[in-house]
Amino acid sequence: MAREYETVIGLEVHVELATKTKIFCGCSTEFGGEPNTHTCPVCTGMPGSLPVLNKKVVEYAMAVGLAANCRIHQYCKFDRKNYFYPDNPQNYQISQLYLPICHDGWIEIEAGGEKKKVRIHEIHMEEDAGKLIHDDWEDCSLVDYNRSGVPLIEIVSEPDMRSAEEVIAYLEQLRMIAQYVGASDCKLQEGSMRADVNLSVREKGSDTFGTRTEMKNLNSFKAIARAIEGEQARQIDLLEEGRPVIQETRRWDDNKGESYPMRSKEDAQDYRYFPDPDLPPVEISDAWMEEIRSSLPELQPAKKARYMEEFQLPAYDASILTESKKLADLFEETVALGARPKKVSNWLMVETLRLLKENSMEPEQIRFTPENLKKLIALTEDGSVNSSVAKEVFEQMFRDNVDPEAYVEEHGLKTVNDAGALEAVVKKVLENNPKVVEEYRGGKEKVLGFLVGQVMKEMKGKANPAMAGELLKKLM
Amino acid sequence: MAEKITDETIDYVGILAKLKLSPSEREDAKADMQKMLDYIDKLNELDTSGIEPMSHVFPVKNVFREDVVTNGDAREQMLANAPEQRDGQYQVPKTVE
Repeated sequence: MAREYETVIGLEVHVELATKTKIFCGCSTEFGGEPNTHTCPVCTGMPGSLPVLNKKVVEYAMAVGLAANCRIHQYCKFDRKNYFYPDNPQNYQISQLYLPICHDGWIEIEAGGEKKKVRIHEIHMEEDAGKLIHDDWEDCSLVDYNRSGVPLIEIVSEPDMRSAEEVIAYLEQLRMIAQYVGASDCKLQEGSMRADVNLSVREKGSDTFGTRTEMKNLNSFKAIARAIEGEQARQIDLLEEGRPVIQETRRWDDNKGESYPMRSKEDAQDYRYFPDPDLPPVEISDAWMEEIRSSLPELQPAKKARYMEEFQLPAYDASILTESKKLADLFEETVALGARPKKVSNWLMVETLRLLKENSMEPEQIRFTPENLKKLIALTEDGSVNSSVAKEVFEQMFRDNVDPEAYVEEHGLKTVNDAGALEAVVKKVLENNPKVVEEYRGGKEKVLGFLVGQVMKEMKGKANPAMAGELLKKLM
Repeated sequence: MAEKITDETIDYVGILAKLKLSPSEREDAKADMQKMLDYIDKLNELDTSGIEPMSHVFPVKNVFREDVVTNGDAREQMLANAPEQRDGQYQVPKTVE
């Protein structure tokens, strides 16, 4: 009989914080600048330079920790992690080993219809490294230190996850927490959220862990899911063949769909941590902690529940709207202006998400205001514009945040509700299409749609299609 | 008495520090490190029970800066320190095969 296996997964997630400046110096953290234009003696590790901690980093780390039910080390400090690699100009990374700012938390995830808690071992603050570009033709690498010293938090989970699905649910929750508290935009493609996956397999029912491997280089949810499935299959194959799993770091190649061991740099992992003497300890007062705690916004699970209760939205709508803080804010602000919740939800979930996807944009890049969305909804509700015109106006609004009332007025898009004008056009259409009229009278009711279309065309889309249909029927 | 510094220890520390030592340098390093360990042994003679470990000499805490950009583009100055540079970047020996 085939043995049954269970996969055990723990995650180390790096999240880049949304500060304007680096963690220990006043250089900009802006993404995409010319190489090395955001650097100074501190973030390039010049001897004699002195790092000074960015207060906002402590506040963001604390906010994420409190939102993830962590306890706070009110006395915490920084340590040096020593290693030599050109992306790290100091030859050490400033991190936190002994007293990380947050510890012992948990977040709730939902996967496969079941809820479970994933425990968080710790969250610590650290600095990012520079970026290496390898020259394919010449025997050298080039280093850009713009990213060196950008603040990160590393969120270390306990090995509580059992499937790729749970891992993705966990990452989505973390991302929402970081976005809701404003600590990070968590853009995977820009590397502002990265995950290392620790994975082992064991026989089902066993209470000891198997040997684990660590996989790096995972920067999309899909790549993470594929890497997990690939690695668990590889480890099960080894065990089935009676061969051992070797504890090692592996790199996932998403194009080939396989992982391979990273070159072991002929050294054991020996980072020789010690307290950083340049950085005095951080003492977090009760008052400071309470200030951060009380400024936490309503988080996604609570918001979703409230949308279902207060606005009677279906669970699906409530999930989609609250997955992005920006969408949720837009929704609430538009509803607060008096628009019907379900209407607002529909515009956001259907047209807005469609246009975002078509333009490869994030919700944060939405330009139209709640005021204009409310106006557009009002125009459709009172019959001033029909639905196809509304979509057209919405596209303009999405592009340039145009005022829908002014736009409709300016382009003469208002639905003609004037029965006299409509009747003239309807009569004309009937005269021009005697054959179709015959067919209709002969019982072929489907042709009515064609005639309505002709009326709409004559009136440049401004007719009320329901009214046109009624009138056509009457006159035939 | 501290454990003797062995050849293996020196080789290991050499790998971590990315240093290649000649046979005579290795002997010197062995002797120097042994002296350091002996000195630490001396400190171990003191009774430190009940004393909190100290990571910082000065009683200073919570030294922060506000999150405001104060540095501009100093690329040219920074790169002036680089032994080799290209395209506004630091040039180093190739780090992957």
